Amino acid sequence: MIKATELSKKYGGVTVLNIATLEIPKGQSFGLVGNNGAGKTTFFNLVLDLINPTTGNVVNHKIQVNISEDWKPFTASFIDESFLIGYLTPEEYFYFIGELRGMNKADIDVFLSQFDEIFNEEILKKKKYLRDLSKGNQKKVGIIAALIGNPEVIVLDEPFANLDPTTQIRLKKLLRDLTISTNATLLISSHDLGHVTEVCDRIVVLEKGEIVKDLITSAETLQELETYFSV
Amino acid sequence: MIKHFIQFEWKQFFRSSYWQKSIGLNILMAFLALYFMLTFLALGISLFPILDKQFPDSDPLLILNGFLFYWFLADLLMRFFLQKLPVMNIKPLLVLPVKRSKILHYVLGKSAVSFFNFLPLFAVIPFGIMLMLEEYGTTTAMIWMVTMVIFTLIINFLNIIIESRSAETEFSFLPIVLIASGLFALNYFEIVSFSTLLADGINAIDANPVFILIPLAILGFVYYLNYTFLMKKLYVDGSLKAKTQTASTSDMTWTRRFGTIAPFLQLDLKLLWRNKRPRSSVFILIIGLAYGLFFYPNPVYNGLEWLYVFVGIFVTGIFIINFGQFIPAWDSGYYKLLMSQNIKYKEYLNSKYTLMVMSSIIMFVLSIPYVYFGWKILLVHFAAMVYNVGVNTYIILLAGSFNRKKIDLTQRAAFNYQGTGAVQWLVGFPLLFVPVGLFFAPYKFIGFEAGVAFLIILGAIGIVFHQKIMRFIVTKYLNSKYKMISAFEQDN
Repeated sequence: MIKATELSKKYGGVTVLNIATLEIPKGQSFGLVGNNGAGKTTFFNLVLDLINPTTGNVVNHKIQVNISEDWKPFTASFIDESFLIGYLTPEEYFYFIGELRGMNKADIDVFLSQFDEIFNEEILKKKKYLRDLSKGNQKKVGIIAALIGNPEVIVLDEPFANLDPTTQIRLKKLLRDLTISTNATLLISSHDLGHVTEVCDRIVVLEKGEIVKDLITSAETLQELETYFSV
Repeated sequence: MIKHFIQFEWKQFFRSSYWQKSIGLNILMAFLALYFMLTFLALGISLFPILDKQFPDSDPLLILNGFLFYWFLADLLMRFFLQKLPVMNIKPLLVLPVKRSKILHYVLGKSAVSFFNFLPLFAVIPFGIMLMLEEYGTTTAMIWMVTMVIFTLIINFLNIIIESRSAETEFSFLPIVLIASGLFALNYFEIVSFSTLLADGINAIDANPVFILIPLAILGFVYYLNYTFLMKKLYVDGSLKAKTQTASTSDMTWTRRFGTIAPFLQLDLKLLWRNKRPRSSVFILIIGLAYGLFFYPNPVYNGLEWLYVFVGIFVTGIFIINFGQFIPAWDSGYYKLLMSQNIKYKEYLNSKYTLMVMSSIIMFVLSIPYVYFGWKILLVHFAAMVYNVGVNTYIILLAGSFNRKKIDLTQRAAFNYQGTGAVQWLVGFPLLFVPVGLFFAPYKFIGFEAGVAFLIILGAIGIVFHQKIMRFIVTKYLNSKYKMISAFEQDN
């Protein structure tokens, strides 16, 4: 379970995020939507302790993230390309992450074999470094790496952006299956309202750093979101 | 348009987090610049009387012209190590209605207003005025001064060619050292007497100003060379984009014996081998190893035992200085990953520490043949290695927690020569000179063995308290975690 209390972030007097309280129960797939500058990435950065909150805190499974580092073993994330190590091959990157998460090479090979569809023979055994892959393929590597080691919390910022249509559809299925088969908490953000409503049980709308809507996904959710954003 | 270019650079410089964080360093650089200016000024004023006194029978101007070859050679060497290449972020400009030629002329023109081109003027102008006062005639003096300016600019553009070419290979400063020592040797052994040739040429110009067209033509030629060389780089599919390399993989199972730090050690070794910038710090090891040969065979330095310390620290610590000072900036490209992954800072830093220790030990072993020049050298090198392992590595790791400058390993952009400049060598100064000082005190008052013992004891203390010191360093890194993350996200 992830809990944010009195969480705010200010940059030079401007509040970019201000959340009084937000609770994400274990096993939920949680979607964050909002226009540019709404504070989505800021929230994820705070969850991952990559920036310091101005006030308040984030507690991840009873561990306050900016005090202890003990949340790291069960939390995985992919925010942007800066999570990739450009001079490694995809395999080496997976092995490295696997090693940090206590999986050996054989484990990783088994793990990777289930993603053949998504990799589409463009990633593994290509003798290419990550820096030489296309943006979309880099993204695939980052997302799959975030699933290594059965993390209990998975944070993905804009997982669908830059992906080709086929992969978007496959990724949606993958994420839906993931939340059903494991009890992982999934945090994603997206600009595509269709994608989030398909994947997430619950959708929170941010505007200028504030929570303006908190919806449990139903058949009407997409319509409601579209109405909200078409100003 | 030029006005915009200048504005961009102004903003880039002052808005970078690097500038804001390192005002102290900038002040130090300003002082150094001032020092050099004053030195050159003093040289310019006093040179004529000195030459007149030393060589009363000859013409001071002719004498000076005879030495110009060495001046130019020294100038070239100094620039190579200290002058930064003209850099500009050109990619956003390519699609805008700006002529490519304009961008290039601007970049090259910018290099012409470098501090290093003005520095010689501080010596040239007073000397020129002296010439006028000494009745050489205003024309001769003026022609001489103009010739010097032209030669300075030639060296400027020559340096850009050499520096950018060697930045593209891994050999770092090996080419310039080879070129410079080659020229020097040819001249010294009088195979080709450049100094006489150059002196004759300049004397000819002084006698007949028409000949000034020759250096002008050379200047035009090196400018043109630079222009065409850079022109090729101005395409997105050209050198702006790095070539795709075929990946080579190896298991590096031997790193397993280092336990928990093994994955980081593997990562660091790949970092070193697969990226141009860090790879050059490996090639520098060769130069470091040969460094002792400059001193030990030379009878002038015979018996200067404190000098052994300097060489010893340099030889066994060159990798520590070159690689260590960019910790953790080497990993700046994926620092966020490291910070959110299941990683303990201690293991991450211990891996860097292990790497530096290994380099130090390897360099010591490789430097054992220096025992040929005396067993004291071997002893001092051993003490220097222990000191490097036990003191310098920690200092450089600690300094790393103040590191706020990103290194872009991918080098996708041409004109990317980050981290090549004077500052890189300034960092090494305390690491090199403090141990010399530490050795010197007991050496002077007690004896050689005491000096050596003192260095070894200091190093041993550091090694014994490894865990404690690392814990301290780790807290420093933790404290500046957010600042580092945000600084490493900036491109400049």
